[in-house]
Amino acid sequence: MSTHTETTHDHAGGDAGAHEHGGTAVNVKTLLALLVLTAITVGAAYVNLGSGNVVVALLIATIKASLVALFFMHLRWDKPVYGIVAMAGFLFLGIFLMFCVLDASSRNYYLPQNMHRTEVPLTPGTAPPSLTEILPETPDAAAAAPGAAAPAGEKVPVTEPKK
Amino acid sequence: MSTTSVDLPSHGGHGDAGHIDDPHHQHHFTTMEQQFDTAKLGMWLFLATEILLFGGLFVGFGMMQGRYPREFVEAHEHLVRWQGALNTVVLLFSSFTMVMAVQSAKNNKKDKTVFFLFLTIICACIFLVVKYFEYSHKFEEGWLPGKFYSAKGDSIPGSHGYATFFAFYFMMTGLHGIHILAGIGLLSWILMRAKRGEFSNAYYTPVDLVGLYWHIVDLIWIYLFPLYYLIQ
Repeated sequence: MSTHTETTHDHAGGDAGAHEHGGTAVNVKTLLALLVLTAITVGAAYVNLGSGNVVVALLIATIKASLVALFFMHLRWDKPVYGIVAMAGFLFLGIFLMFCVLDASSRNYYLPQNMHRTEVPLTPGTAPPSLTEILPETPDAAAAAPGAAAPAGEKVPVTEPKK
Repeated sequence: MSTTSVDLPSHGGHGDAGHIDDPHHQHHFTTMEQQFDTAKLGMWLFLATEILLFGGLFVGFGMMQGRYPREFVEAHEHLVRWQGALNTVVLLFSSFTMVMAVQSAKNNKKDKTVFFLFLTIICACIFLVVKYFEYSHKFEEGWLPGKFYSAKGDSIPGSHGYATFFAFYFMMTGLHGIHILAGIGLLSWILMRAKRGEFSNAYYTPVDLVGLYWHIVDLIWIYLFPLYYLIQ
């Protein structure tokens, strides 16, 4: 498997594989690397890393996808134009994802459900309550709020929603 | 007749008469290589739209997971991990047999091409059989999308999160399953053509392009599997 990651990194540097595209040995090694990575990703799911779990899962998935694209789909040896087209797809997906995340994270009322400390009724015609009013106990929320005087890390005491 | 042909300006210029006389060579392409590259570029453009199609659904899934984190984790425990892992292994292996089929076609090995294409189709069928058992179990338990959700005993009764999870689950695995079905059709088509001996080192474009399609279906599952079966 280690040889595989090396060849993956070689990709940027080169036209070393000009002889024959792939070949049975390369295909078998790619398959074995993919199976090992699948075992690792399943194993990692049983270790609680908090929010790190999804990062690890996506990282391993991206390594696997790169192996498939480079060796099974021959991008490593093909003309660069095919890789550019594929990357363009991912680029626009990235732009789409970025704006969606921006949108979601800038809405105060776009909150994880069922995490409300207190019920804050939404009255029609008024602005939705801010994040700190709904989630005063979350350190992140306190740090993100513009008026938060409390230093980062210090637990903000639970207060009444203030108007 | 052939000596008087004036329609082909490149005739004789390349000394590559095998390509010019190839029955697969269409007149609007200068060379077989140009024809192959054009077909392949078209396929990659299609694959880019596939990335965007599934990518949009992945973004939606991520958004909804941010909105209903508890429900999504609870709902994903209804998915059977070993079934997802088995399907991952089956698809990875089918990608391997597919690339071997392309390699065999390129090297004029007709019997091996047919054999590996056959193995790929078998793998695709195994995938769908596992999927059938997964789906039928969820139908029985009422873990269904949207208004059809009828399961009891959730820890947050009345939340839309569970139905939302299964809406995305069925939408994405279903769309992926349709791609598998289409892949079986395409693979069967090139299997028959390979049996008739239509592919050789000079012309194997359909095998190569169906191979690319099959790999992108595998690639999508590589992301589907951890995001649906392994989230915490």
